Amino acid sequence: MPYNQPHPLEVRVLTRRFGLPNSQSIDTYLANEGYQALEKATAMSQDEIINEVKASGLRGRGGAGFPTGMKWGFVPRSSPKPKYIVVNADESEPGTCKDRLLIEYDPHQLIEGIMIAGLAVGAQQGYIYIRGEFRYLIGVMDKAIEEAYARGILGDNVLGKGIKFHLATHSGAGAYECGEESALLESFEGKRGNPRIRPPFPAVAGAYQCPTVLNNVETFCAVPTIILRGAKYFADLGSPKNGGTRLFCLSGHVNNPGVYELPMGFNLLRLINEVGGGVRGGKKLKAVIPGGSSCPVLKADECDLAMDFDTVAAAKSMLGSGGVVVMDADTDIVKAALRIMKFYAHESCGWCIPCREGTTWLKKLLQRMDDGTGQRSDIVLIGDLSKNMLGRTFCPLGDAAAMPTIAFVEKFRDEFEAKVAA
Amino acid sequence: MTFSPELEARFEKFLAKYPADRKRSALIPMLIYGQDEVGSVTEELIAEVAKRVGVKPLEVREVAGFYSMLHVGKPMGKHHVQVCTNISCMLVGGAELYDQACHKLGLGHKQVSADGFISLEEVECMGACSWAPAVQIGYDFYHNITPAQLDKLLDGLKAGKNPDQITEVPKVNC
Repeated sequence: MPYNQPHPLEVRVLTRRFGLPNSQSIDTYLANEGYQALEKATAMSQDEIINEVKASGLRGRGGAGFPTGMKWGFVPRSSPKPKYIVVNADESEPGTCKDRLLIEYDPHQLIEGIMIAGLAVGAQQGYIYIRGEFRYLIGVMDKAIEEAYARGILGDNVLGKGIKFHLATHSGAGAYECGEESALLESFEGKRGNPRIRPPFPAVAGAYQCPTVLNNVETFCAVPTIILRGAKYFADLGSPKNGGTRLFCLSGHVNNPGVYELPMGFNLLRLINEVGGGVRGGKKLKAVIPGGSSCPVLKADECDLAMDFDTVAAAKSMLGSGGVVVMDADTDIVKAALRIMKFYAHESCGWCIPCREGTTWLKKLLQRMDDGTGQRSDIVLIGDLSKNMLGRTFCPLGDAAAMPTIAFVEKFRDEFEAKVAA
Repeated sequence: MTFSPELEARFEKFLAKYPADRKRSALIPMLIYGQDEVGSVTEELIAEVAKRVGVKPLEVREVAGFYSMLHVGKPMGKHHVQVCTNISCMLVGGAELYDQACHKLGLGHKQVSADGFISLEEVECMGACSWAPAVQIGYDFYHNITPAQLDKLLDGLKAGKNPDQITEVPKVNC
């Protein structure tokens, strides 16, 4: 039962059923607006559904923030090939722990979102790729799927309307790289999780080289609300071009870490100080990673900003997957940078040399720094090496390792210099 | 190779999930659930999975080596203790918990006790960042773990108890 106490500043839309008795059961779901959006969507045309999602301003919650409706619009609906919906539940970006709750407490909301996506692009089959470590969630999801079949919601005659839609879970087996959409598809097909060169994007050639809609769990979970309450309702919850709420995962040195649903554009300092109860032990804030370990760190004086994709991007970082990692004044930035790089070196799939070698050498350099045996020239080398990885890999893992490192060195150079060998 | 009837039924379900000409999709789920029963990804399991999904054993081996949860040819302990030391856990004592576990168990990264009962692994982010520091034993999550709680868990395991019998420190997944 990991869910934290709700906070009064939260705007609970996707999490509105959390805390209800048996919130994961289909009965609770049906008694609380469940599958009404699906019913409504069956009477809409494919373009109407896609346009509604476009107008809602929903952007991908996995990290990239790509407009969801536009992504669905790229699927060639006239293609004779079968179309697929694939859900990315490979939640593994350090700092992120929200999809887990959405599945655990409201699995039917996810099923409904997937089915609406299926209607929108003409898919009859969906798969939920769940990271292997979340074994218990596979059980939760399988049970919910079984319930939906038993009630005639999934199957060959969805809601008695002669529509077909089938859904199944799929277990991963431990690989951060498989959170990247093309690597996820490779893994789904029973191969090593190496990324594919893109284009073609999954919308055109995804699972089994067929047109595929691939989104994050939270993205699909937002869809029933958009269809049921309308695009305007959803768009108005957030900030311009950033519709809705999102689940922020607060971790690190805060008094009340937890997952909080807040409007897009919520102020980061308020998130830390009001929702999160401030920095632990009354210490001063040093830095914040705003959206998972891939996102460049923000210094304390850069944190007075709106948490939406565009504002955080303008501050040269990323909203990412919503993992807000708070670091107090005593945090050793070199150690933090080293730990993050150890992660990327471990998780690099080895497909692209700049990433495979870059992460390994950056790990060695940062280790040397942390051990106090680094040279002043190493600081420059860390920056140069990182910059040379940017944009030179098939998938974003190389960038994800390089970007935060560049920011750590640029913003906290004094801490690196203080560790240089005497 | 023979499996338990439960696993056989599960494998059958896995193979039915995917299009008839795409059985290979069941490869990774079969390996991980197979490993749970067999103890590790053995040559025998590899050959069996290869036969059932219709690829060469070499292709299965090549895939298995990629995934950190698949232990090829080397079983972990009956109770696999995984301590996260990634950024969110590190900030609140995850690295110290891992050191504590190393000392207490006398084991290092991916090492197994002589009796095969306990193994230890320093793992990457397990998606429990807001409830850090976090530990997983097998597939069970333990959140907001204190050094005293970790001691209790490890003492219990060392005394030959199953994690479910160590009631002072409850797991959080349902």
